[in-house]
Amino acid sequence: MAPGAAKRTGHRAGDIAWVRRLLIGLGLVLTLLFLAAPVVVVLVQALRAGIAAYLGNLLTPDTLHAIWLTVLTAIIVVPVNLVFGIAAAWAVTRFDFPGRRLLVTLIELPFSVSPIVAGVIYLFLYGAQGLLGPWLMAHDLRIMFSIPAIILVTLFVTSPFVARELIALMQVQTGEDEEAARSLGASGWQMFWRVTLPNIRWALLYGAILCSARSIGEFGAVSVVSGNVRGQTNTLPLQVELLFNDYNALGAFAAASVLTLIGLVTLLLKALLEQFAPDRRGRSA
Amino acid sequence: MPGLGLSLGFTLTYLAVIVVLPLAALVLKALQLGPAELWTLVTGERALASYRVTLTMAAAATLFCGLYGLLLAWILVRYEFPGRRLVDALVDLPFALPTAVAGLALTTLFAKNGWFGSVLEPLGLKVAYAPAGIAVAMAFTSVPFVVRTVQPVLEELDAEAEEAARMLGAGDLAIFGRVILPMVLPAWIAGCALAFARSLGEFGAIVFIAGNLPFETEVTSLLTFIRLEEFDYAGAASLACVMLLAAFVMLTATSWLQSRWLRFTGNP
Repeated sequence: MAPGAAKRTGHRAGDIAWVRRLLIGLGLVLTLLFLAAPVVVVLVQALRAGIAAYLGNLLTPDTLHAIWLTVLTAIIVVPVNLVFGIAAAWAVTRFDFPGRRLLVTLIELPFSVSPIVAGVIYLFLYGAQGLLGPWLMAHDLRIMFSIPAIILVTLFVTSPFVARELIALMQVQTGEDEEAARSLGASGWQMFWRVTLPNIRWALLYGAILCSARSIGEFGAVSVVSGNVRGQTNTLPLQVELLFNDYNALGAFAAASVLTLIGLVTLLLKALLEQFAPDRRGRSA
Repeated sequence: MPGLGLSLGFTLTYLAVIVVLPLAALVLKALQLGPAELWTLVTGERALASYRVTLTMAAAATLFCGLYGLLLAWILVRYEFPGRRLVDALVDLPFALPTAVAGLALTTLFAKNGWFGSVLEPLGLKVAYAPAGIAVAMAFTSVPFVVRTVQPVLEELDAEAEEAARMLGAGDLAIFGRVILPMVLPAWIAGCALAFARSLGEFGAIVFIAGNLPFETEVTSLLTFIRLEEFDYAGAASLACVMLLAAFVMLTATSWLQSRWLRFTGNP
């Protein structure tokens, strides 16, 4: 049922049949052309030459390596940002201290930074021209144009996702459950595992889904710091661009189809969570 | 409540390493250039052209997102129709689909022999490898912002105000223009501001479709990337600072708008 349907008593503005049909029709046509067509075109183009050719283009060593690197990045980035999100949300919603609002702004800051700028700031920190570049070189450490740089920049880009979901939820919870657990003699960690974590589990899952989707799909920031070495530092989105620039359309669409399916699964999980988990509503980046 | 030291300590350390230190490295790099050189770099001819392309196309994209986003939010909240849930889920697609895939898909659709391009180009409307392509890519990646900021406000809208207006003799159009629109407007503007801010920084979707010709279809994020590939680090740093500054201005504007909107509707 529509969220507004319960309140719909009698006639409301826009309920006239032809207005309603016109607006719904226009909305559906635009959505079909603008949002659905891009997904369809990727899948159609990927399968254009048949399943065998599709698999052949997908299962090349470079593309498989790109898939592996993308998964590796997500496997490292998502848990780290889950821990960060919990710590950040706990600190800013359960305590009041000077600079608390500033801290919330700082937590959300990466959302406002262009992916290209995110890549550039890491280049000027760890690159040869950067702040720590000379020191890293003197110690024979290489971060830029290698996997650590990809992971670091992805941590930056995706750090606010979990934190924002948890802050929004924990601001509404008053902390009474935790107070009760404490007064019954629970230790800090007992309280956390048995009271706090179960209370925030849906928001945590929601944040993790958004965080992994972004970490898998990040393009601009990663393309600045990766160095684009074929079969070494190419993530799947970069592989799509590389194959496209090589005029290997079938390869590019095969790689893109994997990312598209991941995107569709993300949407499905999100919709399921919003439908079945209590207190979940469509909040987006 | 326990855990202040641990949670705040971890949060501050993490933010210092992941967010503050890299940002400081960029600012430091820019300061090393000195004000005169910085000014020369950010006001170079090609840089100015890139700002113009970025700002005009972002404005065009925001206009489209504003209208299409409002329409989508309206039909999703006000009407029941087959496929409503699917459309509601699809709204988030631009956030779930990697920008590189969006760029590849839009380029394919609007290319000369593509599904849309084969219809539009004979009419003289060139989208792929033209400025319009930039606007299309920007609009795709930022349309959810408008829908998702307007939608909750439309849902919370009080039917009583509408009924009162109707009893005073107002027609549908007057109710929409005089009662509904004023209440939705702050959220709509906030959503448009978010969409505009996102458009200014977009890169992934644009590089595929834009054609990337200097002075014509080169956005600032792409010029920054090109400067890096040319090993022109001073140029890249100065452009990145301009983009960062623009992001701060937009962030301040949107948070101000949102605080106004929250006061307006009384939502937490």
